[in-house]
Amino acid sequence: MRTLRILRHAAWVLVALLGLAALAATLGWFPGDGPASRRPVPFAAPSIGGPFAMRDAAGVAVGERDLVGRPSLLFFGFTHCPDICPTAMSDIAGWMKELGPQADSLQVFFVTVDPERDRPAELAAYAAMFDPRIRPLVGTEAELAAMAKAWRVYYRRVPLSGGGYTMDHTATIYLVGRDGRFSGTIDPREGGESTLAKLRRLLAAT
Amino acid sequence: MTNRPGLGRIAAALLATAFLSTTFLAAGMQPARAHDYTQGDLRIGHPWTRATAPTAKVGAGYMTIANRGGVPDRLVSASTDAAGRVEIHEMSMEAGVMRMRELAGGLPLPAGADVALKPGGYHLMLMDLRAPLKQGASIPVMLVFERAGRVQVELKVEPPGGPAGGAHGHGHGAGSRAPGHNH
Repeated sequence: MRTLRILRHAAWVLVALLGLAALAATLGWFPGDGPASRRPVPFAAPSIGGPFAMRDAAGVAVGERDLVGRPSLLFFGFTHCPDICPTAMSDIAGWMKELGPQADSLQVFFVTVDPERDRPAELAAYAAMFDPRIRPLVGTEAELAAMAKAWRVYYRRVPLSGGGYTMDHTATIYLVGRDGRFSGTIDPREGGESTLAKLRRLLAAT
Repeated sequence: MTNRPGLGRIAAALLATAFLSTTFLAAGMQPARAHDYTQGDLRIGHPWTRATAPTAKVGAGYMTIANRGGVPDRLVSASTDAAGRVEIHEMSMEAGVMRMRELAGGLPLPAGADVALKPGGYHLMLMDLRAPLKQGASIPVMLVFERAGRVQVELKVEPPGGPAGGAHGHGHGAGSRAPGHNH
């Protein structure tokens, strides 16, 4: 509970800092960007998304540019995850089935937060079990850390008493528009109807 | 010579009969419905697990455990030949983050309460699987309770998405995935 409270306070401090930074940027307080050169700054809501450099199970490089052109779903998980990941993955597969041929224009990525254990072969077999159109992504620890930071994904290794470890991780599903920009999220416990509506909107948006 | 195939068929029929009677006998020994178990004050309902990928090393076991007695009990441990070890875990979601913790002291079963092991909550974590779990199979698991003692149950291997088989627009909080909600 204490940790939670500390976390909550830390989160608020972060929010306050981001708010100040946004204000500072808008008012042109930063040096080198003198008040005269007030370029319009896009609304500085804490942005989600950004550059990343990962590979799919076949070793093909995948980065932020591959998100442009087609709407995408991103889900971060790991194959040694017994509960939330198979649930979310089968939900995603179910939505794809429900969307029918429309789903073919959707890119779905499963990003592993456990690159140490999730080798490409395991990832390929895992993703294919749910829907062969789901493309797994893997990077080095550093590449994963960079992507997680850009996408505000939390992941942490938790040792198990009997040896080995499990991962705590963000289980939110990210929606990305065909412009390559973050456009929303799906909570893994959300109802199917609301989710399908979101996905149809995502697919319909230009 | 000519009646050899006939003999084979008779043997096959006999074998089938023997097999079926054993199955019926075994089924007959279950006091409750097909896939429920009773031991002392505990009723264990439909233990199940999901089919795993060919390379998977972990699986999760789910069931309901009702304690009809007046005394609390506790699921202390579980084991199976199908996995190197089994742990009792609790999953929680907060602010979009999934966390999984081992219940070091086991799973408490308060008197008169129904405790569900289900996706999004408690589960048995089967670690170091010796072979992938194949849909349709049954995985024998030994459960050890503090008071009720040892109970052998079988986890039915359901599709990878669980009995609900993925989302089909039925608001699926963790609960609606419970067995019996097949559509």
